[in-house]
Formats: sequence, structure tokens, C-alpha cells
Amino acid sequence: MTPRRRRMLTIGLLIAGMALATGLILQAFEQNLMYFYSPADIAAGKAPPDRDFRIGGMVVEGSVQRDPQSLAVTFELTDYQHQTTVQYTGILPDLFREGQGIVAHGRLDAAGQFKAREVLAKHDENYMPPEVAASLKKAPPGVRP
Amino acid sequence: MFKTLHKYASPMHFHALARRWSTPLLWLSAVLFAAGLAGGLVMAPADYQQGESFRIIYVHVPSAWLSMFAYMVMAGAGAVSLIWRVKLMDALARAAAPLGASFTALALATGSLWGKPMWGTWWVWDARLTSELLLLFLYLGYMALQSAIDDRRAAARAGAVLAVVGVVNIPIIHYSVEWWSTLHQPATITRLGAPAMATSMLIPLLLMALAFQLLFFALLFIRARSELLEFEQRSLWVRELLGQGSPR
Repeated sequence: MTPRRRRMLTIGLLIAGMALATGLILQAFEQNLMYFYSPADIAAGKAPPDRDFRIGGMVVEGSVQRDPQSLAVTFELTDYQHQTTVQYTGILPDLFREGQGIVAHGRLDAAGQFKAREVLAKHDENYMPPEVAASLKKAPPGVRP
Repeated sequence: MFKTLHKYASPMHFHALARRWSTPLLWLSAVLFAAGLAGGLVMAPADYQQGESFRIIYVHVPSAWLSMFAYMVMAGAGAVSLIWRVKLMDALARAAAPLGASFTALALATGSLWGKPMWGTWWVWDARLTSELLLLFLYLGYMALQSAIDDRRAAARAGAVLAVVGVVNIPIIHYSVEWWSTLHQPATITRLGAPAMATSMLIPLLLMALAFQLLFFALLFIRARSELLEFEQRSLWVRELLGQGSPR
């Protein structure tokens, strides 16, 4: 084997080894790398009961109830399989609206409701002018992106 | 073909090539910047969800792409240099590092400015943001290593090993939004199927991406030239170029 071949092999093995090691590490930390749990995870009991975690999902249309006296707000969060009720007191991000994806940080109370300390809006990867979005809304649900 | 490759891999020829191309590339990039910015900031419509705020995409996405592309250049040059011992590649890798670091910092900064109004936070530790921050540290580590080792050959080899090892981070950055649940949304353009973006918004973004790409190559050539002159300061062609006489 020529020295050049040997160096090529060394570098190939180096990259393969690093990729394997990283893959195993990421596999081991799978749960920690998840930024949020879904309502289905909570229904399945995967979420930690006694410490803070994040929950992500869509705000159910028509479920947002604001307290007229304070900044308190209650809404339903869904992943289209299960729902979780979220309570939050504070200022919501601009993108927060019904049908929008959000991520809330807090913990479950005894009644199974999620007490959020922080609510972040998640936006999707679609970009289009308002007119296009409006005409897509009019189309039957089946062809919506 | 191998002969031509060999010719352009010689520091002297690459120096001449880079000198010829850096200025035209800069001009072309400036024209594309003007077109892309006019298209993105003035002509493109506002987004249906994010309104005018989405326009930061025209800086954020190209710099994020370039942050990864520059790393591939650095790691690729490092691997070629380790295997075939090409001096030119050491110069290219050294030249690419600060450029990549700048694009990474720009992507992180514009992402943060975008995150505050849209997500409601400057920063979160999700997989995409964290792996991009790791990329910045890889660049900074490479640059620190280069200045820590006095012997240029040794510095180039150590840096090349670091760059090649760090290359595993690139697919992690790209696929982080698919493998794990993240606050960052999935890819709009670099995905299978049509881009999830209206054409009137997409064209300026592609123009900006090309402008950033050409700017990167122009700056890479300029930086690589000065690296080569320093690497090769004792060689005949540099002395001739500088109009100096025979070796003292």
C-alpha cells in the first residue's frame, strides 16, 4: 500500500469512526434532544410528572379564552390525536393565534392541565403573500398544503 | 487532465488565477446583491403570517447556507491536503475559516433578531440552533489552533484533522429539524419536492444566495492569495512578483 493510499484510508476511517460515535451519542440522548413533547406523549405518560418540560402542538380553533380582567389565557393544544389544556398568564408572541403551532414551557398540575411559564410561537416553512393564502383557504381542505 | 489540475494546484498559478478573478467576482456579486435586495426588500410581497418581518430571510438563509458551504470547503481542502500534501489546499483552508465564522455569526445574529418578534425569544437551545452554535465554535477552534502553532506545516495538518473530524456536524445541522422536534421550522427550499415559497419571494432569495456565494469566492481568493504569498515568501516566484532580487 502506498503512503497516499494509507493516508486516504486513515482519513476515511477517521470520518466513519466519528460519524459512528456521534450517531451513538445522539441515539443515547434522543429524548434530551427533543425540544418538546406532544399532547400524545403526555396522554401516553411519557412526559415527566414533577418537573418542567415543553409541550408543542397546534392551538385548537375557537378554544382560546381570555380573562378580561388580567393577562390570563386558557387554550387547548392538539397534535390531532390528543388534546391538552394550557393555562398561561403573560404576553403572547405576535404569531400566537388559533390554528398556529406553539411551544409552551411549564409543568403539569394535579388536574392534568399544563401551567405554562412561557409560550413561544412556532411558524411553518411556507411563505406566501396574503392573497395566495386567502385563495388557498377557499379551496377544499383536501388540496391545502 | 491530471496535468492541468496539477498546474492550477501550484501556488504560482493559483495566485495568478485568483488575482484575475477576485475583482470581477466582487463586481458580479455587487450587482446580484443590488438585484436581490431590491427584489427582496421592495418588490416581494409581505408574508401571510409574518408580514414584513419575514424579509430578514434574505440575509439569514444565504448566510446560513454559506456557513455550511465554507465549512465543506475548509474540510474538503483539509482532507486533500492530508492525503495529497497540496500546499494550495492549506492556504485555502486557512482562508476559508474566518469567512465561514463570519457567515455563521451573521446567521446566528439575524436568526436571533428574527426569533424575538416571531417566536417570542432571542435564543432557545433546540437542536438546530445548538448545532449551528457548535459550528461557530469549530471555526473559532480552527482559527485558535492556527495561531497557536508557529510552524505553518504543523498548524495546517492539525487544523486539517480538526476540520475533517468536525464535518460530522454538517449533516446534523441540516437534518436537525427533521430528526428532532425543534422550535426552528423545517427547510423551505432544500427539500424534496417544490420549494414551499411563492415564486415572487423565492427569486430574490436565490439571487441573494448567489450573491453571497460569489462574495465568498471573491473573498476566499483574496485571502488565499495573501496566505500563499506568506507561505511561499522564500520561493522564487514570490520574489520575482515583488520585484526583489536573488535570495539574500
